[in-house]
Amino acid sequence: MIDEKILLTPGHTACAGCGEALAARLVIDAAGPNTIVVTNTGCLEVFSSTYPYSSWRVPFIHSLFENAAAVASGIESALNYLGKTDINIIAQAGDGGFGDIGLQAFSGLWERGHNVLSICYDNEAYMNTGIQRSGTSPTGANTGTSPVGKLSYGNPTWKKNLLEIALAHRCSYVATASISYPVDLQNKVKKALKIKGAKFIHILVPCPLGWGYEPYLSVKIAELAVETGLWPLVEYENGELKKVRKIKNIKPIEEYLSLQKRTQHLLLEENRHVLEIWKDFIKRNIEKYQLLETS
Amino acid sequence: MKQFLEGATSIAKTVALCRPGVIAAYPITPQTHIVEELSAIVANGELKAEMVNVESEHSAASCILGAVATGVRAFSSTSSQGLLLMAEVVFNIAGLRLPVVMCCVNRAVSAPINIWNDQQDIMTLRDAGVVLFFAESIQEACDLHIQAFKLAEDPAIMLPVIINIDGFVLSHGYEAVEFPSQEMVDKFLPPYNPPFKLDPQNPLTFGALVGPEWYLETRYAIHKTMLDEVPNKIKQIAEEFTKMFGRTSYGLYEKYKLDDAENIFVSFGSVAGPIKDVVDSLRERNEKVGLLRIITYRPFPQEIGDILLKAKKIIVLEKDISLGATGALYSDVITSLYISAHRNKVSCLPKILGYVCGLGGRDISLEEIEDLYRKEDLVESEFVGLKKENLGSFI
Repeated sequence: MIDEKILLTPGHTACAGCGEALAARLVIDAAGPNTIVVTNTGCLEVFSSTYPYSSWRVPFIHSLFENAAAVASGIESALNYLGKTDINIIAQAGDGGFGDIGLQAFSGLWERGHNVLSICYDNEAYMNTGIQRSGTSPTGANTGTSPVGKLSYGNPTWKKNLLEIALAHRCSYVATASISYPVDLQNKVKKALKIKGAKFIHILVPCPLGWGYEPYLSVKIAELAVETGLWPLVEYENGELKKVRKIKNIKPIEEYLSLQKRTQHLLLEENRHVLEIWKDFIKRNIEKYQLLETS
Repeated sequence: MKQFLEGATSIAKTVALCRPGVIAAYPITPQTHIVEELSAIVANGELKAEMVNVESEHSAASCILGAVATGVRAFSSTSSQGLLLMAEVVFNIAGLRLPVVMCCVNRAVSAPINIWNDQQDIMTLRDAGVVLFFAESIQEACDLHIQAFKLAEDPAIMLPVIINIDGFVLSHGYEAVEFPSQEMVDKFLPPYNPPFKLDPQNPLTFGALVGPEWYLETRYAIHKTMLDEVPNKIKQIAEEFTKMFGRTSYGLYEKYKLDDAENIFVSFGSVAGPIKDVVDSLRERNEKVGLLRIITYRPFPQEIGDILLKAKKIIVLEKDISLGATGALYSDVITSLYISAHRNKVSCLPKILGYVCGLGGRDISLEEIEDLYRKEDLVESEFVGLKKENLGSFI
């Protein structure tokens, strides 16, 4: 059952169907009131803390675009100094704030092993500034700074693998999650907070505005990402793969791509080579995580 | 009892007496000895604190921001490029009204890369909303650290403070330094207990997005605190310090042989030492000369103009330059003088000579300082000690 404490209250200014707002609510409700939240600059901070209002019913601090991990390191050290080691600390950011500009600080946090849960809400582009590509945008994504044009099929590079980066830092707990599997997401947050050390959960959060679809489709699109093998739900403890959500029938990636304006053009014949990159990635996921359910 | 110690070691020992709970360390020359010594103090169990070996100065400033927001006193120190990397965090700390205290061991800014002393680095943060102290000696640097925590954490202030010390001259120089006892420092500096902090028992939001309808007032509030509250508090704390520790602390500025002075040097930092020697030597020859040494550079003391208005000639000597304009102190002195003249209905301003010296660690001699005193031509920011033969490579 979904744990609802309403620690991120309604009345904030996120867009209808915002995947990040839903994920952030699930995360904090799972973590509970004994939690301090540090958030990088981005949509989440903007829509939830516009002065003189705040949606946060837990202590919340936003400092800059790239320093949530370093601020959280200071908070954890301060709480250690005070002997208050029972308070949860979450350092969270969008994918740009996490995987690009904030990656150095998260690397420092993970390497030092602070007892902090890091959360990346990945909507695969800089959405707060109006949809520009990030290092975590997928190949072919049509964004403001990777537009489709006569000489361009969209974003030329594949997503940076944050999960592998976290694992390379020997984080004590590393997992992926999705808003379409809310109980799984909340269980992962609860489990991570029980484990000491640096933890990381990477959550795919579809963005109606940035991905170009009707708001009611957010949960469905997130579900398709899992069912196509694009976004495997996995869980590592101390570097060891412990759990994978198996899939009965892998759905075709075309179904996922066709629902979004940012990727519809990848179904055109001229972009077949780009589609192959996606299919190859999925194939590797299926093999690596043994995604197919065997009866 | 006095101890003959290196500047960086002395500062680290003094900071330890102030009992920070979190220290963020990142190496950069010439600051490194401070965090090394603090690491040793913590490793030896002489101070209970969390040492955080961060991965950059940006994270060092962010780390102590987080610690202070959680209600724990924190410290870090840096130099030059490190300070520039911290810059956006320091602006942020001031805006969040967090009483962070740091030491900046002043060093030239790259390029060309140069590890030696000048005061260009800190001028980057002149407008950040941070209180800036400049020390002349190692003893003063130590004393200012103790006062800085008390000032920053005062509920009426709640702003960051940076103590500036000249790289190598003070950080690596040796001096006989008086250290107060732990009991005395504890009495002077009570534990940090802020009214607002990150605490699940009382959940508050820090760092909200503020639109045009509120932002202007947040900036005015810092400015008003800087102008109205900080100077009085600095004077009060300096008096309290002098009384408790039996060592004079000047607070905003030091008036050195100014009573009948017609010609006044204005400067800050360790170069004040040689200037005092020159003043003494000129005084022996019956010259009416003195030094106005700025200790608190931000907020800029409003009396500076009034003090200088009586002079015939003012010689500003500083180790920084706003390239394409003038030295920073020079422009502050002129502004202050003009405002003072206007207030006092004085129409005749003293002659002002502006000099830039010591960039990138170039030495300035007593003879050169005395030469400046002899000059009469108005100059805005003339470079002292330029080697014409070197210029051919660059112009």
